[in-house]
Amino acid sequence: MNKVAITGYSDTKFSSDDIPIESSMISAVRLLFEQTSNLGQKDIDVVLTSTNDNKKYLAPIVSELSGIAPKISHNVENLCSSGTNAAVSAFSYIASGLADVALVVGAERFDSPGQVLQWDDSRGEFKHPIFWATMFTKAHKRKFGTTNEQLAYVSAKNHRNALDNPNAYNPKKYTVEEIMNSKKLTDDLRLLDCSRPCTGSSAILLASEKIAKKFTDMPVWISGIGQKTTSASFTKNDLTSIESTKIAAHEAFTMSKTSPEKIDVAEIHDAFTVCELMVLEDTGIAQKGKAGQLVSDLYNTNNKKINPRGGLIGAGHPLGATGISQIAEITRQLQGKSGKRQTENPKTGLVQNMSAAATSSTVLILES
Amino acid sequence: MSVFEAELKNGRFVISECPRCQKIIWPPSEFCTHCFGNTIWRTVSEPGTLVEYSSKDGKTFCIAEFEDSIRVMGSLDTKTPSVGQKVKISSCGFDKSPQFTFSPEEF
Ligand SMILES: [Zn+2]
Repeated sequence: MNKVAITGYSDTKFSSDDIPIESSMISAVRLLFEQTSNLGQKDIDVVLTSTNDNKKYLAPIVSELSGIAPKISHNVENLCSSGTNAAVSAFSYIASGLADVALVVGAERFDSPGQVLQWDDSRGEFKHPIFWATMFTKAHKRKFGTTNEQLAYVSAKNHRNALDNPNAYNPKKYTVEEIMNSKKLTDDLRLLDCSRPCTGSSAILLASEKIAKKFTDMPVWISGIGQKTTSASFTKNDLTSIESTKIAAHEAFTMSKTSPEKIDVAEIHDAFTVCELMVLEDTGIAQKGKAGQLVSDLYNTNNKKINPRGGLIGAGHPLGATGISQIAEITRQLQGKSGKRQTENPKTGLVQNMSAAATSSTVLILES
Repeated sequence: MSVFEAELKNGRFVISECPRCQKIIWPPSEFCTHCFGNTIWRTVSEPGTLVEYSSKDGKTFCIAEFEDSIRVMGSLDTKTPSVGQKVKISSCGFDKSPQFTFSPEEF
């Protein structure tokens, strides 16, 4: 299997702009070309788009509008983890030798049809994501004694981290008290416990080992990949742990010969505050039931190791762009190019992205 | 409209079961997830068990489990919910999505 590196990336400003998905995608592609040395349209073998937008044939359209005539081009839709699924597809084309250079662009509009999974009749009329998130939250509180204050620390930390991310949707500082007193959505969930859908796009450039150095002096390697789908229906889940993430993390650590202790920086899928706690526990970064303590410690020591970009809560959640933006951030961190939100000399990073009430997950390990 | 949805519209909560594998298929499907054979539809057995609950705007909603395998979300008609309590289906219907209301089983 050929080694695969991330050799370029771009992020656009996350917003509530009402713009066509193609325009959003092209603005990320244009920025990636501007920011990547020696990259020409002819270098690109693969163009993948990741979005839940209903428009058809987007990858060939984006290719044409970018002056690229790739061998392989198609869209990847898998709800909130469309981005990492597209990245894994691009990885596979390169690792197998079918291609050398792949451009992956993820984008979403604020009104994405991917926000609610209509198929899942086991949710009854409670199909909006706040309902599964509420159940996870209530069950985590019941089993581990997790408090509203601990949940609020997740939001406070990620909002604060987003202040140093100029592309964040709505960077604003909130105190733990403000978060705990924000609008009550359910008995177990406040408005500021939630990430918000928005418009945005991100792109990454993947390349094989033989060509990676053409585009950057600091390629970042994808050394571990784990993916798992346990179901599509929410109610099959255990309510206090995310089985799909647990399995995906184990696979990614095994493939990369790393372990949770080696992770210096991570972007994880905090669709809701409870998700950050559960993911920290199920990746092994925190002990089961102890993530609340870890997060409040990170907040109190101003440690940006978890979700330095602000996560989904701080940066916004344009579904198809989220996984790509997470990968871009960890790459930037491992290159030491994250500016004010740079963590201290990270060598190994983790990306965790998931879909539909955590029924499927992707975990990636990136190394400098 | 599926059999599941049509029956719900008539106020009946039916589930799919594979006659060959004796296996309940949930979420409902006309095919067995094990042998791919056609499923048959039958009424769910009550009571169920309350798995978890919360509330929104003063209205309680929950996950209830039936026949040790079917977990479904619905409204819960009680002021004193408690995990593990037995619940009956007090009403069900279908309007774009399935609608269930559960209430504690009376002794
Ligand atoms: Zn069968």
